[in-house]
Amino acid sequence: MNVLVSVKRVPLTGGKIVLTDDERAISTRHLGFTVSPHEECGVEEAVRLIEQHGGSSTVLTLGPPEAEEQLRDMMALGIDRAVHLVTDASDEWDPQATANAIVEAIRAEPDPYDLLLFGNESADAGNYQVAIRVAHKLGLPVVTGVKAITVESDQSVRLEQEVPGGRDVYVVPMPAVATVKEGLNLPRYPSVPGRLRAKRKPVASSTPARPQPQLEMVRLVLPPGAGKETEVLGNGADAAPAVVKVLDELGLL
Amino acid sequence: MILVFAERSDEELFRQALAFARSLGDDDVLAVGIDDPAGYSPDAWGTALAGVTGDRRASVVVGPGTERGNEVLAHVAAMLDLPMAANCTSATSGDPLTLTRIRWGGSLLEEAQLHGSPGLLTVAPHAVAADPAAESDVVELVSVAPDGGVRVSERVETTTAGVSLADADVVVSGGRGVGSAEGFAVIEELAALLGAAVGCSRAVTSAGWRPHTDQVGQTGTKISPSLYIACGISGATQHMAGCKGAKKLMAINPDNEASIFASADYAVIGDLHEVVPAISAEIRKTRGGG
Repeated sequence: MNVLVSVKRVPLTGGKIVLTDDERAISTRHLGFTVSPHEECGVEEAVRLIEQHGGSSTVLTLGPPEAEEQLRDMMALGIDRAVHLVTDASDEWDPQATANAIVEAIRAEPDPYDLLLFGNESADAGNYQVAIRVAHKLGLPVVTGVKAITVESDQSVRLEQEVPGGRDVYVVPMPAVATVKEGLNLPRYPSVPGRLRAKRKPVASSTPARPQPQLEMVRLVLPPGAGKETEVLGNGADAAPAVVKVLDELGLL
Repeated sequence: MILVFAERSDEELFRQALAFARSLGDDDVLAVGIDDPAGYSPDAWGTALAGVTGDRRASVVVGPGTERGNEVLAHVAAMLDLPMAANCTSATSGDPLTLTRIRWGGSLLEEAQLHGSPGLLTVAPHAVAADPAAESDVVELVSVAPDGGVRVSERVETTTAGVSLADADVVVSGGRGVGSAEGFAVIEELAALLGAAVGCSRAVTSAGWRPHTDQVGQTGTKISPSLYIACGISGATQHMAGCKGAKKLMAINPDNEASIFASADYAVIGDLHEVVPAISAEIRKTRGGG
């Protein structure tokens, strides 16, 4: 089977977000980059599905030239090849433009995909819609928030979603689109041989034209701080009586 | 006319969406529910909502910031090839519609313009006060074809033991500072004494020390306890997005520069492996003596 997984390069934000001077991006001068957490699980699942059923896995990203770093990282985990839709780092793509570019890229691929995995939402923009738009354009079924995937012998796929009190199960024919959530699996760490192999794996690049955004970011704003007064209860084990006094005042004892 | 998608898996969030819609202007607000005896189908519900959107010539469609709210509105957006803004905290009608929405699980806000009519929005949870329940609430029900769409084929019930993380009144969490799976024994002991749920940070689940169901954060569980005790957690935005609903935050960390202290009501500077057992011992002493 052929599995596609889409990822997005995002900064590792750490404890405090600092904006660029034009307030249109996070200042990343001191930050590393990763992919969205849900997508890490999508990548792990793609690798496992191919290990189990045979076939080929592809990782796709729409992002700046530097996003090749993330594609290599994902290939180091066992993904076979990559598709890079190269964008200008200074221009954000809205969800419609992103979905349309991904659809064009999928249509241009030599082999069709049986399963197309996305993160449930990106860590940064959190628009919750790219995969659903891709599914509609391609006329494929889509299930979101997936925490378990089983490919059945009859070319259908069982997709399980966590809901309060249980799991909802969807069984859909492939090809199908699924958005996954962290907790689907525990992603592996890259191995040294994996990293070496990743350097030689193929990346197919193209440069789509960016249309005018319909959801257009004007600027980013840091939410007002809580302005909290922090009461220091003490250092080390000596703080225990002060902590217990607080617990008592809060009515928790 | 402004339509509100009456997705009522969470009544409070539906009422917040209703209040949000009423704040948008003078237009009539109509709540539209889906009558589907066959259960839930995201695309069939999206088709039904897109249909009534056209019939009513809606200027804006507002959905609650629930999983299903975001999902069904995204289907409507895909069908009508219109832009959609998820998790808005405020909006002003107009052409274009201007709005503020959350990014990074609420650690950052985005001011944006939505070019397209009708405007499709969902409302970030707890960004606005809920509309009070009223007898006169009218929810128009729209039927869907029972055999259409991708549907739930089976519901597997799961039983959870102990206090659920999402509903717990007190949560005690451990982070990277716990050091190992075994290290959580001291966290579990304190949690048991307080009748609290045990949580953890993403570093812990990534290391395989705790299951993902224990993870508090943007991609884990979002909690809103009376008290959150964070032990050995640095306070990355990913984590804070999951615990910002806590009424009080107590942080225990050896690094007095840790960013979690900026959000803490109470701070203890120290190694959790010394501090947490001392707190448990002190609770026992207090209870034994009282």
